[in-house]
Amino acid sequence: MTATAPYRSPARPDPASLSRDGFAQTVRAEWTKFRTVRGWVIGTLIGVLVMAGLGLLASAGGQSSCQAVGSVGPGSGTCPGISFLLGPNGEPVNDSFYFVRQPLAGDGSVTVRVTSLTEQLTTPDSARSNSEVPGVVPWAKAGLIIKANLTQGSAYAAIMVTPGHGVRMQWNYTGDTAGMSGPVSPANPRWLRLTRSGDVITGYDSADGTNWTQVAAVTLAGLPSTAQVGPFTAAPDYTQHAGEGFGGGTSNFSGPSQDTAVFDHLATSGGWTPAPGSRAAWAGGYVGSPQMPGIGGYHQSGGQYTVTGQGDIAPIPSGHGGEADPAVTVSDYLVGTFAGLIALTVLAAASVTAEYRRGLIRLTFAATPARGRVLAAKSVVVAAVGFVFGLAGAAAAVLAGEAITRARGAYAFPISGMAEARVIIGTGVLAAFFAVLAMAIGVIVRRGAATVAVAVLVIVVPYFLAVFAAVPLNAGDWLLRIMPAAGFALQQPYPAYGQVSMFYAPFSGYFPLPAGGGLAVLAAWTAAALALAAYLLRRRDAG
Amino acid sequence: MSDALHAEWTKFRTLAGTWWLLLAVAALTVTVSAATAADFHCPPGGCTPQLTGADPARLGLAGVYLGQVVIALLAVLAIGGEYGNGMIRLTLTALPRRLTAFTAKALVTAAAALATAVLAVGGSVLAGWLILPGQGLSAANGYLPLSLRYGSDLRAACGSVFYLTLIALLAYGVTAAVRDAAAGIGLVLGALLVFPIMSAVIPDHVLARHLEQIAPMTAGLYVQATVGLDALPLTPWQGLGVTALWAAGALILGAAVFRLRDA
Repeated sequence: MTATAPYRSPARPDPASLSRDGFAQTVRAEWTKFRTVRGWVIGTLIGVLVMAGLGLLASAGGQSSCQAVGSVGPGSGTCPGISFLLGPNGEPVNDSFYFVRQPLAGDGSVTVRVTSLTEQLTTPDSARSNSEVPGVVPWAKAGLIIKANLTQGSAYAAIMVTPGHGVRMQWNYTGDTAGMSGPVSPANPRWLRLTRSGDVITGYDSADGTNWTQVAAVTLAGLPSTAQVGPFTAAPDYTQHAGEGFGGGTSNFSGPSQDTAVFDHLATSGGWTPAPGSRAAWAGGYVGSPQMPGIGGYHQSGGQYTVTGQGDIAPIPSGHGGEADPAVTVSDYLVGTFAGLIALTVLAAASVTAEYRRGLIRLTFAATPARGRVLAAKSVVVAAVGFVFGLAGAAAAVLAGEAITRARGAYAFPISGMAEARVIIGTGVLAAFFAVLAMAIGVIVRRGAATVAVAVLVIVVPYFLAVFAAVPLNAGDWLLRIMPAAGFALQQPYPAYGQVSMFYAPFSGYFPLPAGGGLAVLAAWTAAALALAAYLLRRRDAG
Repeated sequence: MSDALHAEWTKFRTLAGTWWLLLAVAALTVTVSAATAADFHCPPGGCTPQLTGADPARLGLAGVYLGQVVIALLAVLAIGGEYGNGMIRLTLTALPRRLTAFTAKALVTAAAALATAVLAVGGSVLAGWLILPGQGLSAANGYLPLSLRYGSDLRAACGSVFYLTLIALLAYGVTAAVRDAAAGIGLVLGALLVFPIMSAVIPDHVLARHLEQIAPMTAGLYVQATVGLDALPLTPWQGLGVTALWAAGALILGAAVFRLRDA
């Protein structure tokens, strides 16, 4: 007879997970509760589908309105032909201006004094047409530029005076640094200087031509040894955002403008010093072309150059109402986020309120008497569900939206893969925080419908009111600063360019707070709600 | 029927949260309306109606956007709450004629919503009348003060009251159909918000306009418009009719589910 060893369970669970108090165990319990409710799993899937589906509807919804705005860009007038000039960094840009230039080889320095800059609206239908309106085109530009060549979209660095923003050094369309402030006038002239040393261009400004201040030094990679150098003027379209559009309409006045600058003391030095006895040969002409034929030119009398030009050297912002209106953006694909968040609220709220309704909460607390730990475990679970939810919904919306846009032949506003990934992950983070916020409200309120209503009221409704101009813009901006809806800033795909006058509205995908700031506001609300929930959970009966 | 009404009214008025919710509807609507009106600023160019495009009635009644959320919640809880705690079985034991019970509850909910909406909208109109002239929407700039003496403002105000009542009925019907309060409010708010958001981003203007015509919120709130009526896809009363159709559809669906399914 052989002695049989007493039976031992083959699986020996690791002791940490055996402990009832283990946090991992509590999280696992909460996760099991969540995933085994069939309605919640189905709800999650439906939420993701709704989120992606609404975006598809938006990007695929019939024929685009591009016929009306077909003149955008150098492409042809019909919809699929819309395209924008791209700058050295791949972003759409405007690049047309009047340029008084000469090709200069090697290193050197160019200096000029600007004594006046005046703008004029060229809108025939405006009541103010053909009268000089100072300051209405705050980003009209006049100054010195070094440009790789005369092709539109090529690399450049420029130092300029502007009517509304003082002296600026700008380069490669997106770079912008402020110099001296204040407008230019004969009594208050501005001296500008650009110095080239290899690929490095340094800009200086001065009030008197003696005391110079460096504004910025920038590197233009691959600048050819012979570059085009000289004074320029450009004046972007005059736009004024007029009217607090209520219930959808925002009205803009806009139209072409032109500006005229008076330069003197134009001189080259260093390696660019003209040979003794010869005069510098400045040649005038447009880079690109003026919006209205016949506008622009320069004349020289004595040492004075009067230069008139139209156009702009700047990035083109994405978004509705601007130049890039017909282009489909990532924001369009993500328009379903709000609906996904409503579905997520219902789920996150139910994960708590269903326990209260069915009395399961008493069992939960019997199993894990540390109530704070239950709250933490629930937070981890709903945050994870929310993150995956947002990530999956956004990724599906963006990928499918791009495929549809390509298939339709519509123009998609360029975006880097990095920015796209940031927006998709940002949507996941937004959904994660929002789910925890909704869950915490559920603990506080303990009733499903009230939780959903409160959560929707603090995040989705402010977003809706602000984005769709249901309240005046100012109020909408504040809603997106102080309410949890500030977290939508995580979805902003493109930077707002300070150097381009456009109405950067939430509707076009621009939020009043930066992504980090918006996340901080949402996180603060979530933390406050969690703290209150923890406090109430400890004090109250498990009713 | 009168017994049923009496029973529903007793349940409604003795529920702990009811009065708070009614108060919240009125307070939220008036506060948001007043804040919106106070936040209005004329653009730098001037304050004529052509420049601002402002509609004093819509500004002064902006709080309805938020008030409707709470009023929908009220209606959702009126029926969804009973499913939550099993009270519905007791209700149907006492009132076995289900359509009678359903109608009585709907009438009580609608009456409460109507009374609250009168307070909320009345307070908003008063606030708008007091605040808007100071924000540049004054007679000197060519605006009429927000006042019920004018037919269009009266329509905006009465229409908003009816609108809030219809939203309550819509929420009631939807919740009866899904038999769960949280899902009910989620669906109602989703249905209210999805149409305007979609019509704003859809590139096809014709399709967008059709979406606005069938949207329960966008079309219904046309009733608040007093300027630019020609540009609206529907007349104000037609718009409110769209909301009424939604409410009717939801009520029919809710009644059918209520009649046919288990409690």
